[in-house]
Amino acid sequence: MADSGVSGGADKKDNIEREKIEGKELTKEEKQRLRKEKKQQKKGKEKKDASLPQVSVAETAAPASQLKAERRARQEAERTSKQSKKGDTGQPATTSKPKIPPNELQPVVKRLPEHIQVDDPDVLKKLAKKLERQQIPRRLDYGYKVSLFSHLLQYSRKAPLTQQLSIPSAVIHPAIVRLGLQYSQGIVAGSNARSIALLHAFKQVISDYTTPSNEELSRDLVNKLKPYISFLNQCRPLSASMGNAIKYIKKEISNIPSQFKEDDAKKKLLNCIECFIEEKIVLAAKAIAKSSIEKINDGDVILVYGCSSLVNHILCEAFEKGRKFRVIVVDSRPRLEGREALRRLVQKGISCTYVLISAVSYILPEVSKVFLGAHALLANGYVMSRVGTSQIALVAKAFNVPVLVCCETYKFCERVQTDSFVSNELDDPDDLIVTRKGETQLKDWQQVPRLGLLNLVYDVTPPDFVDLVITDLGMIPCTSVPVVLRVKNVDLL
Amino acid sequence: MELQAVLMAAGGGSRMTDLTYNTPKPMLPVGNKPLMWYPLNLLERVGFEEVIVITTREVHKMMSTDPKTKLDIKMKLDVVCIQEDGDMGTADALRHIHQKVKTDILVVSCDLITDVALHEVVDLFRAHNATVAMLMSKAHEFTETVPGQKGKKKTAEQRDFVGVDQSGKRLLFMANEADLEDGLIVRRSIIRKHPRMHIKTGLVDAHLYCLKKAVVDFLAENKSISSIRGELVPFLVRKQFSKMTSGQKRMDDTETVDQKNDGLTNDDLFFPSRDEALLQLAQERSCWNDHRGDMSEAYHGGKLRCYVHIMDQGLCYRVNTLSAYIEANRMVSHMWFCHRSAHFVVHPLLMLHFVFHPQMGSDSMIGAGCHVADKTSIKRSTIGISTTVKEKVKVTNSIIMHGVTIEEGCNIQGSVICSNAVIGRGADLKYCLVGNGQRIEPEGDTYSNTKKSILLEVSVTFGLV
Repeated sequence: MADSGVSGGADKKDNIEREKIEGKELTKEEKQRLRKEKKQQKKGKEKKDASLPQVSVAETAAPASQLKAERRARQEAERTSKQSKKGDTGQPATTSKPKIPPNELQPVVKRLPEHIQVDDPDVLKKLAKKLERQQIPRRLDYGYKVSLFSHLLQYSRKAPLTQQLSIPSAVIHPAIVRLGLQYSQGIVAGSNARSIALLHAFKQVISDYTTPSNEELSRDLVNKLKPYISFLNQCRPLSASMGNAIKYIKKEISNIPSQFKEDDAKKKLLNCIECFIEEKIVLAAKAIAKSSIEKINDGDVILVYGCSSLVNHILCEAFEKGRKFRVIVVDSRPRLEGREALRRLVQKGISCTYVLISAVSYILPEVSKVFLGAHALLANGYVMSRVGTSQIALVAKAFNVPVLVCCETYKFCERVQTDSFVSNELDDPDDLIVTRKGETQLKDWQQVPRLGLLNLVYDVTPPDFVDLVITDLGMIPCTSVPVVLRVKNVDLL
Repeated sequence: MELQAVLMAAGGGSRMTDLTYNTPKPMLPVGNKPLMWYPLNLLERVGFEEVIVITTREVHKMMSTDPKTKLDIKMKLDVVCIQEDGDMGTADALRHIHQKVKTDILVVSCDLITDVALHEVVDLFRAHNATVAMLMSKAHEFTETVPGQKGKKKTAEQRDFVGVDQSGKRLLFMANEADLEDGLIVRRSIIRKHPRMHIKTGLVDAHLYCLKKAVVDFLAENKSISSIRGELVPFLVRKQFSKMTSGQKRMDDTETVDQKNDGLTNDDLFFPSRDEALLQLAQERSCWNDHRGDMSEAYHGGKLRCYVHIMDQGLCYRVNTLSAYIEANRMVSHMWFCHRSAHFVVHPLLMLHFVFHPQMGSDSMIGAGCHVADKTSIKRSTIGISTTVKEKVKVTNSIIMHGVTIEEGCNIQGSVICSNAVIGRGADLKYCLVGNGQRIEPEGDTYSNTKKSILLEVSVTFGLV
């Protein structure tokens, strides 16, 4: 894997060298393309650093260090030469999360993603320009936003993005339009489900893709995917797991050698996607279930929050293996996802109790363990999960109940966050409106001045409240997350 | 390609023969545009670039040659001609163009005038991976008096019973009153899965359907289904809840009505999309369910789903009866595209004699090339292309089609005058329908308060006071 990556990078460099040597007068487009390729190369190398690990970690320790030194030297030389040539390319702010490069020799400018800078008009203008270039309509903000969260986007479910698209969607592949609709309406919800659905849609896109003449599949397909990703981002901000999946795909596409025929390349890509899902999601779930079952003893009372596909899977597996336990499902408004979790567990035959989050301190004395799912695990050990998770962890800590977080490694993310304000997602505020006994109190909430409805989606839990993180690599403490990330990066050299 | 549009323009207009005996229904002028311009305009506005038009040879000829019925549509129209005499139902027509259908299709009828936001219907089709998604609208009472009708029209006979679930989007039950002899029978399987069902009767089917390609393939093999509205859609709605096992004959007692569909199982209709296993995996991991209260997964595990979007605001007319035609003519002037700068209510080529400015209400529409003399009063009417209206004519609440000549002193109220008719001087028409090319004698008195008459041939007597 490491070798092919290096040779792939070298290949591209040769192409560029050849073009320069031929001494043709490079037209403006070619120059732009050159710049883009160089950028992608650089990104490709960085992505290799930051992309996902194979299941076995400890393999290539010794030969990796030699290759590492070689690559470092080459990277340095390239960077110095590039900087003298390039100057300022004026790249618009991307939605990539700021990466921590392995060598600190050069400070990398960390760019904040646009979806958390909505109150800055310059950022909005840049975003509008970028969307216009990609021919994607922009979804408009809805309603009055609470001032603490006015830097985030807030959409209404009643105004889908498809309103502004033409109906037989020509610019965007129909599978992606369908996916975007399903995201924005909440039909596909949950970190794993969204990633799998995304990869499924990408499979359709790749199968239907034909390389235009004079283009290479490895470059053109990545460019084709960019507007789709912007579209999906507009429908609903991407999750960390989706971001990692996209990075993986882009890396795989860029690494397609140019001599591959189109059909072979497509087959290889489809295969890669299937492998990714199989390894990172399905097998990881099995591994996590296996580890967790050791932690579940007979007579346990397990508390779960909301509907996490992984935690449900673990509990169902444990029940099938014959462990005797009962489950307390804690739920919260407005999503009330716990009802779905309750249905799945009861269908299996597990005896469950259902409470709302306001009763969690009442029910906790009965609980022996808390199992939580995670949306993402941040690089400083914080757990990003559904809003309310940090409350549960806090109260559990107060009662001395162990909190176990289950998370696959592909959800590990290099962001660092210590509070839930900076980067979050605001859901449709109209979800908070409820009709009881024929009365809807919040019916005209927009008319009331200075009344804001806040429907947060995520919150972060500090690592002090989490006792154990169960991943497919084993059971690690929360503070080991940055180690895993670093090992992932090193492993792929 | 996501969707292909198909326009069904071969219908005969059997419920308004007075108007269609000479002009085919798709070419009837509504607001001075041929009727089929409206659905085509809807498709064009939304972003379609080509449409398959299924029509008769006569209509095709009129479309391409007749300047009065010119359609200024920028889309590419792929016209397929079928025999007009044959009893070709809409489903038969789809079977006929089976080869051209490459993706999911959007079937529109030529007599639909609506300003619906089409993305609402198509979004249901996309988001839920539905087999069929259709559009319905709350029916409006037609208030205008219709020539040739005594009293208010009774709307009893052909009611449609439509059952939707709690969200109002999923279609659970559809039957026409004509098919229900003994009463409304709802299968237990439906009630078990959807305990709360709203049954509505006052809905107008807009005959706009999004169908999966698998359905068109299914139609190609099953030649027994001939009408989309009458047979295919109720069949699909029923199929949602039938048993999914292959090779097992269904035991339901209500199956006696569709004996011709024996042996067809759900599996025939359900064509798995690509990577079905992956979709299933995503669905399992997703914490969403379309219903709650029972133990089953989203959609009750059913693969066949029918959805309906019910419009409660906005225009939706199906111009298949005379009253609908008149109502549509009134409403069309209120529709948004009449305010487009390109389409003048009073056409610039109008020749007006400005001695006494003729009074024209703002809700009238006057076509190109008209000659309107002075001292005329035109209120709430539609006047077609190349008509001549002489002095002292009062036209109220009427529809005047193309090429009509109205001599001076006429008084026309609540009437429909078809193309190329000549109304003699001093004629007084109230609530009449004058057929194509007819002549009304001068000083003809056709008070028709008691008998709202229809003049089709000269030999028919006038209704005299």
